[in-house]
Amino acid sequence: MSQNAHLWIIIVSLGVGSFCLRFLFLGLVGNRDLPPWLLRHLRYTAVAMLPALVAPLVIWPAATNGMYDPARLAAAAITMVIGAYTKNLLLAMIAGAITLFFGLYLSA
Amino acid sequence: MNSDSNNFWQGFRDSMPFILVVVPFGLLFGVIATESGLSLFETMVFTVTVIAGAAQFTALQLLSENTPTIVIIASALAVNLRLAMYSASITPHLGSLTTTQRVFAAYFLVDQNYAAAMTKFETTPDMTSSQKLAYFLGAAAPVLSSWCLATYFGATIGEVIPPEFALDFAMPITFLAMIGPLLRTSAHLASAIVAVVCALSFAWVPYNLGLIIAGIAGMMAGAQVEFLLERRSSP
Repeated sequence: MSQNAHLWIIIVSLGVGSFCLRFLFLGLVGNRDLPPWLLRHLRYTAVAMLPALVAPLVIWPAATNGMYDPARLAAAAITMVIGAYTKNLLLAMIAGAITLFFGLYLSA
Repeated sequence: MNSDSNNFWQGFRDSMPFILVVVPFGLLFGVIATESGLSLFETMVFTVTVIAGAAQFTALQLLSENTPTIVIIASALAVNLRLAMYSASITPHLGSLTTTQRVFAAYFLVDQNYAAAMTKFETTPDMTSSQKLAYFLGAAAPVLSSWCLATYFGATIGEVIPPEFALDFAMPITFLAMIGPLLRTSAHLASAIVAVVCALSFAWVPYNLGLIIAGIAGMMAGAQVEFLLERRSSP
């Protein structure tokens, strides 16, 4: 199989697959009532999935080949704390970015 | 009609800050995609059809490691399983729309407008579903347009961005900034902590399935704590 066909199979499958995941409940379940226990679990999708996605990236950053990095760890902590206290996403991101660049500058 | 338009622009304004979040992320995807040998056309089709950064990065990473096609697809879709959970949790709000409207809503469902819309719908429960759709699509517009434009610029001018800019950490900072405001109750906090512990403990599980395990464990923890707190507060 050529490299191009390989790539296009991946692009098309991911495009179709991602749409199906997005449409799964919204399209097939429609306005039927979902059971309370399911809703109770679904309330925590974002607050569970996002930290799970981000934790390995913070502890084992790809840019340092998975080596523990104080600058990235400090940036992550500052972003979380500012976000939790101010509830302001943009402020949290700016604080995190400044911490990261300052930390990288110090360790350079 | 007027109220739909108002809701669209309100969603648009509420998700404007995400532009700053999405741009570095899209630029980075464009840069890495072209460096991995994708053409501009391939990069853009990829980004417009999938619209899910984490899954796209996963696919690129595995492509560069000569992983079998089926494993790449399964891994990237595993990272995207959270979209099915978003789809389920937004269904009580958008489920009564027509099929065409739901097809559009599903296509435009991403992390950022999901987060913005769920916050809005929880704090303003008396919105009609057409107002909710307007808000949801409004919140999608700045995110998706900046995502596509940033990818395009990344793919065309990307090679000149020096590695000192540490763009790799734009994604973690984005996600972390989104988590802080979500930690509203001790149930949310328990959910996040259990998810983090499980994500790190199950990082060895192949194909990114550790993420799914951690997500499910975190959801169960949050639901359980909420259930216990409710039972304690009611006589």
